[in-house]
Amino acid sequence: MLDLLKEPVLAAQEFFVLTGRAFRNLFRRPHYWDDVALQMDSIGVGSLPLVILVGAFAGAVMALQMSRALAQYGQVGKTGTLVSLTLTRELGPVLTSLMVAGRNSSGIASELGSMKVTEQIDAMRALGTDPIQKLVTPRLLSTSFMLPLLTIIADFVGMVGGFIIAQFYLGLSARQYWTSVWKALEWNDVAQGLLKPLVFAVVISLIGCFYGLRTTGGTQGVGRATTQAVVSATVLIFILDLLITKVFVSQGAS
Amino acid sequence: MPEGSQPTVLRFEDVTVSFDGEAVLSKVSFAAAEAETRVILGAAGSGKTVLLKTAMGLIKPDSGRVYVFEKDISTMDELQLFAIRSRIGMLFQESALFDSMTIEENVAYPLLNQKSIQCPKAEVRPRVEQALEFVELAATLDKFPSELSGGMRRRAAIARAVVTQPPLLLYDSPTAGLDPITAHTIMALLIKERDVSQATTLIVTHRYQDGNLIANFRYNSEHGGLQPGRNGEHDHPRTTFMVMKEGQLIFEGDQDQLEESHDPYICKFVKQRV
Repeated sequence: MLDLLKEPVLAAQEFFVLTGRAFRNLFRRPHYWDDVALQMDSIGVGSLPLVILVGAFAGAVMALQMSRALAQYGQVGKTGTLVSLTLTRELGPVLTSLMVAGRNSSGIASELGSMKVTEQIDAMRALGTDPIQKLVTPRLLSTSFMLPLLTIIADFVGMVGGFIIAQFYLGLSARQYWTSVWKALEWNDVAQGLLKPLVFAVVISLIGCFYGLRTTGGTQGVGRATTQAVVSATVLIFILDLLITKVFVSQGAS
Repeated sequence: MPEGSQPTVLRFEDVTVSFDGEAVLSKVSFAAAEAETRVILGAAGSGKTVLLKTAMGLIKPDSGRVYVFEKDISTMDELQLFAIRSRIGMLFQESALFDSMTIEENVAYPLLNQKSIQCPKAEVRPRVEQALEFVELAATLDKFPSELSGGMRRRAAIARAVVTQPPLLLYDSPTAGLDPITAHTIMALLIKERDVSQATTLIVTHRYQDGNLIANFRYNSEHGGLQPGRNGEHDHPRTTFMVMKEGQLIFEGDQDQLEESHDPYICKFVKQRV
């Protein structure tokens, strides 16, 4: 029984050590700004089309679904409120993070995994570079910076998607829709909508790096690391989402 | 076997390394003197690569001590190790060039990233060019590793290992997976580097002819080729052979002793001689 638990506990310990080092390196020189910029481009700009697409469809679908429920109470005019709240609090951060997790946790894990199995990580250490400083910290930094920005874009595009449905399908006026969207939002919503992607970004980047750096067993190992990274990141996003929501809901109630 | 008070460049004292409870190096002890060449023979999985990585501090020994330039590296942390590693050049088995960088950036990497080297910016490019010229790859500066053949990649990796002119060089299977002609070219380069820089050299290989070549040929700087000249004769630094079997060092001695050995495992390597 203890042996069964040993491996996951050891893995968790390794993950926290990596997390600690990655954060510590934020305040240590040298900083590899070139790598940060490169990763920002790959993670942020690279994910933009996907995030816009998903955001727009999520907003439109929410408007359609909610309008049906609201119609029962004769409150179709409140569609904007619901679209705005669900997107900002929940769908924007979670869907964007899931997309980026699928795209970048896997990308990071496979890139670092390939470097590990071809001894490039060892070579890096041999040539005077800390792989965590050079590979992990830039990915952590750029994902943490880009994911909240991507979420803001997804939220906005989602609202536009909802607007298109509201305008052409539900017959709401632009003024009515956008007013209800704007009025629905409180600081609490915006705060949790931005805190979530920040936390998820840390998870996505570090889980990708963690599985990448512990890859063993050649190219097959790289495939395994990639899958594990995506699965773990996805599961953690849902668990953390529940925890953060719980904290904010209790706060909002008081 | 430390020879009197003569300083050693690399010394292992009862070094044991194990992975998942299985010993991959067990109680290995040896000492390499300055300018000495050591050829480490052994079958796959006999612990040759682990030995080199332990010498560089990439793997920590479970017990025993490793001294590099008379400093105990087994207790050093990563930051302290960087200073030691900057004086060691290592060629990895699969070359381990960084795929995302050009050959020029790869070779410049140790010059730019090793703090203790402090190479002025203006000198980086000439030194990179010089190192690539040494391995006869001057025309590949802007190419990526994926655009080169296996032999060329190996040569670029040698350039990266020697660009800082380290006094200790570790080569992990420099000829593995190469055709005989390319393998000979690579060995000739290693002999040239050894004789030009007078560096202490450790070569891990499973081919006896590589060891035979490095023990019996020297680089002639006048006509730029190899000439017969046994290492250890006259004032030439000597070549010592080591044989690894299942993590243990089962033989240490010169070529004559190696060829006289009746151990069936050792005979298998020596009989490969071409």
